[in-house]
Amino acid sequence: MSEGAPNTLIEPRPPHGETSETPAQRDRAVTIFERSVEGRRAAQLPEADVPQRPLQELIPQRLLRQRPAELPEVSEPEIVRHYNRISRRNFDLDTGFYPLGSCTMKHNPRLNERVAALPGHARLHPAQDPQRAQGALELMWLLQQALVEICGLPHVSLQPSAGSHGELAGLLLTRAYHGDRGEERTKVLTADTAHGTNPASVTMAGYELVKVATNERGGVHLDELRSKADEQTACLMLTNPNTLGLFDENIAEIAEILHSVGATLYYDGANLNAIMGRSRPGDMGFDIVHVNLHKSFSQPHGGGGPGAGPIAVSDRIEPFLPRPQVVRRGDGNGAGPVFELDYERPKSIGRLRGFQGNFGVFVRSYAYILSLGGDGLTEASETAVLNANYLLARLSQGRTGKYLPVAFDRRCMHEFVLSGAPAKRELGVKTLDVAKRLLDYGFHPPTVYFPLLVDEALMVEPTETETRETLDAFAEALDHILAEAEENPEILRDAPYSTPVRRLDEVAANRKPVIRQAR
Amino acid sequence: MSRYTSATDADRERMLAAVGVGSIDELFAEIPDGVRLRRELELEPGLTESEVFERLSALAAKNVHADAEVSFLGAGMYDHYVPAIVDAIVSRSEFLTPYTPYQPEISQGGLQAMFEFQTAISELTALPVANAALYEGPSSVASAAYLAIAATKRGKLIASRGLHPHSREALRTYSAGYGSELSDVGLSDGGTDAGALEESIDEQTAAVFVQYPNFLGAVEDLEPLAELAHAKGALLICACDPIALSVLRPPGECGADVAVGEGQPLGNRLDYGGPSFGFFAATEEHIRRMPGRIAGETTDGDGRRGFVLTLQTREQHIRREKATHNICTAQALNALAGVVYLSWLGKQGFAELGELLVRRTAYAREALAKIEGVEVLHEAPVVREFALRLEAPVAEVLERCAEEGFGAGYPLGRDYPEHEDGLLVALTERRSREDIDRFAELLGRAVAAAEPRVRRVEQEVAT
Repeated sequence: MSEGAPNTLIEPRPPHGETSETPAQRDRAVTIFERSVEGRRAAQLPEADVPQRPLQELIPQRLLRQRPAELPEVSEPEIVRHYNRISRRNFDLDTGFYPLGSCTMKHNPRLNERVAALPGHARLHPAQDPQRAQGALELMWLLQQALVEICGLPHVSLQPSAGSHGELAGLLLTRAYHGDRGEERTKVLTADTAHGTNPASVTMAGYELVKVATNERGGVHLDELRSKADEQTACLMLTNPNTLGLFDENIAEIAEILHSVGATLYYDGANLNAIMGRSRPGDMGFDIVHVNLHKSFSQPHGGGGPGAGPIAVSDRIEPFLPRPQVVRRGDGNGAGPVFELDYERPKSIGRLRGFQGNFGVFVRSYAYILSLGGDGLTEASETAVLNANYLLARLSQGRTGKYLPVAFDRRCMHEFVLSGAPAKRELGVKTLDVAKRLLDYGFHPPTVYFPLLVDEALMVEPTETETRETLDAFAEALDHILAEAEENPEILRDAPYSTPVRRLDEVAANRKPVIRQAR
Repeated sequence: MSRYTSATDADRERMLAAVGVGSIDELFAEIPDGVRLRRELELEPGLTESEVFERLSALAAKNVHADAEVSFLGAGMYDHYVPAIVDAIVSRSEFLTPYTPYQPEISQGGLQAMFEFQTAISELTALPVANAALYEGPSSVASAAYLAIAATKRGKLIASRGLHPHSREALRTYSAGYGSELSDVGLSDGGTDAGALEESIDEQTAAVFVQYPNFLGAVEDLEPLAELAHAKGALLICACDPIALSVLRPPGECGADVAVGEGQPLGNRLDYGGPSFGFFAATEEHIRRMPGRIAGETTDGDGRRGFVLTLQTREQHIRREKATHNICTAQALNALAGVVYLSWLGKQGFAELGELLVRRTAYAREALAKIEGVEVLHEAPVVREFALRLEAPVAEVLERCAEEGFGAGYPLGRDYPEHEDGLLVALTERRSREDIDRFAELLGRAVAAAEPRVRRVEQEVAT
């Protein structure tokens, strides 16, 4: 058969009545605490092999816990069954298409899990003497070198734990850089399309936020940028391609504007998956870049982490990098290079966290880079962009083109943003309703209501690891859903029907927060 | 075909035609000439799966990991046994591969796990409000400072020198952004010097930071420290070893306003320092200033119980520059490992683990302090870690122990110049009495064999 079979359900689940839930999905939620039965247990601890002295002899009574922590009392089989059952109430990337814009939900290779679990990696204590952790330091150094080449900037620190942590690092680096020159600058510019982390990082780093508008082509408004960039400007934070999935053609001029006033240029690497091997932030003029290893470099998202947000920087920023820094020293006696943790960095902004960073994530990402190689990374980006453009072309036709038109009609990169405004106006269904109905078709919805400047936004990022058949199935599902809306918009407004729970009352959850199990 | 993609040449042609372009290059036409990379990336070509495995195995083999020696290393991360069910559960696709639960209808498993995790952390700390984790320990300490500054509208931070050196340094790093001023308070026989603390707190102090037990292993008496902080309107922020909270009076009962900590000891691998998680709990009044994700219980339209991300108006994706923190991706999977581990230990096992550690640690502390040339650095009570003073160069002793397959502990000299002769020794349930006895024998030999420090100092003085 030349046509691949769709690997995702396109048959909609019935809008009313029967559902196809599994028993686990139909469960009323019961927590592990509610499964507790006095006297049950799983763990068996080692036998007491030292004198059984009363605790009060060793620690004064008033410093001791008076009543035990109320942890669950459950047997091992019950724990396994409990977490397996609740896991089935999750949708996941391994099960279906997850076109969540700006999140790069690409395949998570299991090889990477295997190598990260090797005892030499997983069981290595972070305070081990560097002489006895040479393999780990070498791996970190090799990953740094690979990111140097991919980003086009000469120095890398792996320390930040996520993209937002990298952003904060970048702004603290900017502060240290200007401080070293005797300057104190007050403002940071961000595009109005920026991820929410950007403005939040600006405030945490003690700067005042100044927003720059987007022009009619979806890029930075140059005149406004010129008027807002001045001697008080510390930095411009930019994503390129931006959150509209568009490459800012004026990037060289933008860099010139910022550099002419002495500001730094920060690259939010959330969208790096669009350009690997095709363009490099360093070559665009950026001084500081963060890379989301949990996006472009295949670290699984884990339902909200872990990730890692290494930063690559230019020469002028390098003296301020967090410490310690992994360095390679040549060895005079010919025994080969030695890898060290360099703490002697007098201008360093200091530590952002404990120890050496999310090393397990580095192992996975380095394995990914080795697996693909330079040509493979380039091809990954090319395919990501091809998949996005193909899906956009499909969605630009028919009902989707009519009710969910693309917000900026330009060549997109790895993602694109649709506007649900016509669907809302003409069919009376909101983007939220379309998203919830997609759940019944077995798809994770796109990112919704972001970026903020697009009315009723749907941000779609298919990634390179999806097949053409999956993209077709998704396009067909959206078309079906809009046909349903034409027929009876209530079907969408009441969706989803087939999920373990239906729309949840978030207002009540906020008003009177219940955020732990009652004792 | 690149690894992990599926597009065949035929697919590409068909897809390019649908887009209306003739080549992949045309898709990148909007990247201006000046910023295009006009060469291949200088990285080696892709390797096969088995080649990658061999390459990474060779790197791993160069490390001396915790199974390859008898290790007494701690200093914030500990070699506890991680039960097999933790690995089995966190490697399930349903937990491993979703994003942050933005669509609650299809994320009930992850959201419920967050809710359970929050409950467990609340139980450990005896504080009513816990989030579903931050990155790790020291950055959680720095995040607590951000909360304290917002809550008190003050800018001074005071850190006990018993706070982990990495946490103190992270506080300093973040302070540059917060515009806060950070000062230290010293230790007195192991614990935070209450007199010195009282003198340094004033009406501008936002928070006092202590660790429980502190970096040198000493169990701080939190209550008087909390009273000193509260007397001047400052918060007491307590970084905790979560395992020690099995036996210690929890910070919430001692007057701490915020408890944070490194979550690695709860079912997470050593992983050379990460990923793990940071926990964060506080009193009720701080609920709307908390950083990070919080899961809350609610119901759906049919009245079924469910969980959602709640109080999201604190968060960056809603509140942007007014958010209580910038965190987005955190450490959800590691927090899941934490709650599975705590369920495995259970109410009884958790308490038993703590008691086992206290007794074995007392045994080890006595055994080691009996050695000629070794004494305790402080007399304060300890749970699972303690500090020694050696009458021999610590680096040399560590080297001699390593040669015989023992990780003797963490040298204090880099972080505490005043304790250049200090060694921090930690235990977990994996270190048996036999291990301790063998270690005591070895440490005795190593100290005796090493050049006595006192004599060397005299020689240096003489020259």
